[in-house]
Amino acid sequence: MSAHAEAHHGPPIANQSSRVDAPTLGMLLFIASEIMLFGSFFTIYFFARVVAGPSEWPPPPFELPVFVAGVNTAILLTSSFTMHWSLQAIKRGNRAGLQAGLVLTVAMGLTFLITQILEYSRVGFSPQDGAFGSTFYGLTGLHGAHVFVGLTILTFATIRAFRGHFTAAEHRGVEISGIYWHFVDVMWIVVYTTVYIL
Amino acid sequence: MINPLRSEAEAYRFLLLTVGYFAAIAIAALVIGKWAGVIVFLALTAAGAVYVVRASRTEPPRQAVPSRRGRANERRILVIANETVGGARLRNEITTRSEGYDEHVLVVTPALNSHLRHWASDEDNARLEAQKRLDASLERLRQGGIDARGEVGDAEPLQAMEDALRLFGADEIIISTHPEGRSHWLEKGIVETARERFAVPITHVVVDLEVEHEEVRDRN
Repeated sequence: MSAHAEAHHGPPIANQSSRVDAPTLGMLLFIASEIMLFGSFFTIYFFARVVAGPSEWPPPPFELPVFVAGVNTAILLTSSFTMHWSLQAIKRGNRAGLQAGLVLTVAMGLTFLITQILEYSRVGFSPQDGAFGSTFYGLTGLHGAHVFVGLTILTFATIRAFRGHFTAAEHRGVEISGIYWHFVDVMWIVVYTTVYIL
Repeated sequence: MINPLRSEAEAYRFLLLTVGYFAAIAIAALVIGKWAGVIVFLALTAAGAVYVVRASRTEPPRQAVPSRRGRANERRILVIANETVGGARLRNEITTRSEGYDEHVLVVTPALNSHLRHWASDEDNARLEAQKRLDASLERLRQGGIDARGEVGDAEPLQAMEDALRLFGADEIIISTHPEGRSHWLEKGIVETARERFAVPITHVVVDLEVEHEEVRDRN
């Protein structure tokens, strides 16, 4: 029987203590911190709303572009569908599907962001216009920043997809960016419902 | 606990559920009135909480499939043992299992600790004791002709196995315990849980140190 101990060269092997692999765990922890960040912004929003009393919200003369934001919501939700489609495609070894899905996702994300910026220019109030303006811009702006980050991640994933970095067996770069993109969408559903609808 | 963001597919499903959840609340609030919205919110939240608790109880543990490392003629054996690691039965088992292969044996000894010390991150003594047991055990294995390397693992044996699998990529696992009635690991069902959790062959070796010591005394 031949036997030998394994030699290890280089820096010490990183310790891992989780059932989730390290890159996914990193994204989960990042999202957990993001949820806390959004939580603090929602706390401020609801505090301002409660302090404003049972009077009309948004306080006159402000009005929110509910319809435009609704269309924007539909665009963002569709982008989640294309994101999911792209990952399903690469899981079946369909690289064209992956590339098309990612391009569509980035395009729709970009559309959402541009629409939101245009909405800011036409909405008729600014962050300086009391607690309402501050909380509105704070929440939607925070979300917009996350969309921007998500788009950056997705752009890199798209470039990598066109360079052939992903296969049916190895597509973690798409999986993790997909998790983040869905998280961004979930947060928008919460923001849209609470700020625009209710 | 269910983690809704463990994979993209689960995150997507969670997004769809979120859409349904907030749509129901918004429709109730806008069509019927704000108190209807509150009632729908409370009802859906309670239903979601009940579902999460029930699903957490029934959800089977996910099997971890360690990636294959090494050459085809290599046999990578992960041994999880604590006080029984130097037992003759375990040595025989390792020898049998590695017959005809270039074997790599990693012995992991969990740093057993009290709950209080574990939560207080007071692990120094536990790790020190585990290291002493490991060193002595590795020496006994070497005397038996098995050249193994070892490391001190997490206090929780299943976690220690999982950590080792990630870096070692074993072909099989050998769990060595005391006999039934004297083994905390068997009492906690570690072997059964490990078989559910890890997609590699798992051998359970019972080492009765008292019997082995008696046999040694008789021979002498």
